[in-house]
Amino acid sequence: MRRTIPAVIAGVSGTVMILAFFIPPAQKWQQTAEIWFTILAAIAFLIGGTNLCLHHLKKVAHQQAGWGFSAVTLIAFFVTVIVGLLKIGVPAAAKYPDHPWSGSYMDEGGGIWWLYEYVMSPIIATMFSLLAFYVASAAFRAFRAKNVEAMLLLATAFIVLLGRTYAGTALTSWMPESLSALTLPGLTGVIMAVFTTAGQRAIMIGIALGIAAISLRIILGLDRSYLGSDKD
Amino acid sequence: MRNPIFFARLDTPQRMGSRLMSVVLILAAWTSCVVAADIAPPTDLVVKDRQNDAANGLIVTWTLSADDAPDVQPKHVMQYEIARQSGDTEWSSIANIPAGNDRFEDTNCEPGKRYRYRVITVSTNGDKSAAVESTEAMQPVMNWIDTRRLWFGGIVAFICGSVIVCTELAKRGMGLYVRPIAALTALDEAVGRATEMGRPMLFVPGLMDLDQIETVAGLTVLSKVAKTAAEYDAALEVPTSRSLVMTAAQESCEAACLEAGRPESFNPDRIYYVTDEQFGYVAYVCGWMTREKPAACFFLGKFFAESLLLAETGNGVGAIQIAGTAEAPQLPFFVAACDYTLIGEELFAASAYLSREPQQLGTLKGQDAGKVLAAALLLGGCLLATWAALQPNSPGATMNEYFREVILNKGEA
Repeated sequence: MRRTIPAVIAGVSGTVMILAFFIPPAQKWQQTAEIWFTILAAIAFLIGGTNLCLHHLKKVAHQQAGWGFSAVTLIAFFVTVIVGLLKIGVPAAAKYPDHPWSGSYMDEGGGIWWLYEYVMSPIIATMFSLLAFYVASAAFRAFRAKNVEAMLLLATAFIVLLGRTYAGTALTSWMPESLSALTLPGLTGVIMAVFTTAGQRAIMIGIALGIAAISLRIILGLDRSYLGSDKD
Repeated sequence: MRNPIFFARLDTPQRMGSRLMSVVLILAAWTSCVVAADIAPPTDLVVKDRQNDAANGLIVTWTLSADDAPDVQPKHVMQYEIARQSGDTEWSSIANIPAGNDRFEDTNCEPGKRYRYRVITVSTNGDKSAAVESTEAMQPVMNWIDTRRLWFGGIVAFICGSVIVCTELAKRGMGLYVRPIAALTALDEAVGRATEMGRPMLFVPGLMDLDQIETVAGLTVLSKVAKTAAEYDAALEVPTSRSLVMTAAQESCEAACLEAGRPESFNPDRIYYVTDEQFGYVAYVCGWMTREKPAACFFLGKFFAESLLLAETGNGVGAIQIAGTAEAPQLPFFVAACDYTLIGEELFAASAYLSREPQQLGTLKGQDAGKVLAAALLLGGCLLATWAALQPNSPGATMNEYFREVILNKGEA
């Protein structure tokens, strides 16, 4: 029963979504299902927040390995919640200048805005910028010419990388217009438009069919492993 | 008290100039009013039902005002004001359509009600023309089937039908061969390695919520990994970036431990929520990997830019890594940084492959029928496109257009 009811809900919701695509009057049911998901997601925020606090409080209380990070997380969490809920530093809305809480919590100059602009954004940018170094290290490993396939990959990558730079354009700029397809930018265009696109489309068709099959398994109740077990 | 100097100045010829200027300004304003008042209304107002909807739409069309013709310069018309009336209610303005447009789709109608429409031309200085009203009230009609999507419905029915037929055949004992998927075969190997090394394992079910099928597919693999981990008594860490996924993952792991006969292995403290923020989540998981040095990492779900950050960190700590996603742009990163990668459809086939149940494997066979159909459509499309390109006035061009716009377009605009 514990797994039957969720499986039935999943099956009914999935069927409604499919029907709504073809039967216009059923679109209201689809909207209702989507609203229910939004409500559940909103409730889940509370569950998530509670879990976050409990998880890190336990770590701090038991002084487990890395408890200092948990302490920082908890302090950051509570500071953000308090600054946001109390609208600390939020300027009053232009329409109600005498009411200090009338502005939006995200208004420029407010506490949350400041935290986002001067703490969150730089940290996010720092993490994202690490990607450049990781791309370089992954490419170095992937492009080692160990066998014929790896050599082909290396040669293709070399052409595409060079073809996307000014150096690539400059290196083959001497070629006549009639041979423009053989310039580095020309070859890059062919590789991207023909070979890469063809490969990607093949993967996309496979993905679409895979989604159809797994959706059908879930709707028909054949696959309940996402609930932990196929048994009731 | 009046200033004598001021009045002395106004009595000079400058005063005369000032009066003349006032007269000119008044005349100019009057002239513009006269022009605006003469602005032509739209004509030929027609209201008709919007097709393929649930009786919630009407289409209003009109012929542009004579002052809104493309050759009229300078432009006098700013917009058309659309007003609506239902029954005995007052006219209410519902939209302003920019000049040059002769069509409006009202998608906020209520089924069963009758509506009349009124269109007024609004000039650039805000003056309005006479109103043009629809003669009869129109009621939107309920369409029970979206006819634009019939072809797509046929394709869906064919694929779903093939899957169901193959499932039934599998139930009756039809022999099935599913090619070995290296990444799924390696799951046990990865768990065994972690057990031998006495180090934990990491499972990341992607960054998106449960409404994404990739997340659900990731959870199906999680249950298998959790079951094997429970059997081997290995530690499995599942940090999630969505609360609902955390709840589902906890349920999934608890059930898997029960099925393995090791309910005491389930530790809910190891399945927890981190943050919804993409790079905040990445920072936590990468930090955890660097500190705990997991022996095996599983990245199965929906991933974006964080895929390489996670996979490279796992590679750096020497973990055996199994990844899978249906996000085509992220696949090269996983292939470069992980030991095994489930490419696209393989992720969705994982649960059927791992269960080894004939009826689930039958669905994989059903997919093959879909691939045959896709190949046939590709071939047919290529032939039609080639015919249309070689002979633009041939029936091939018409067929090619119908193929692209009607059969493949799912009724989208």
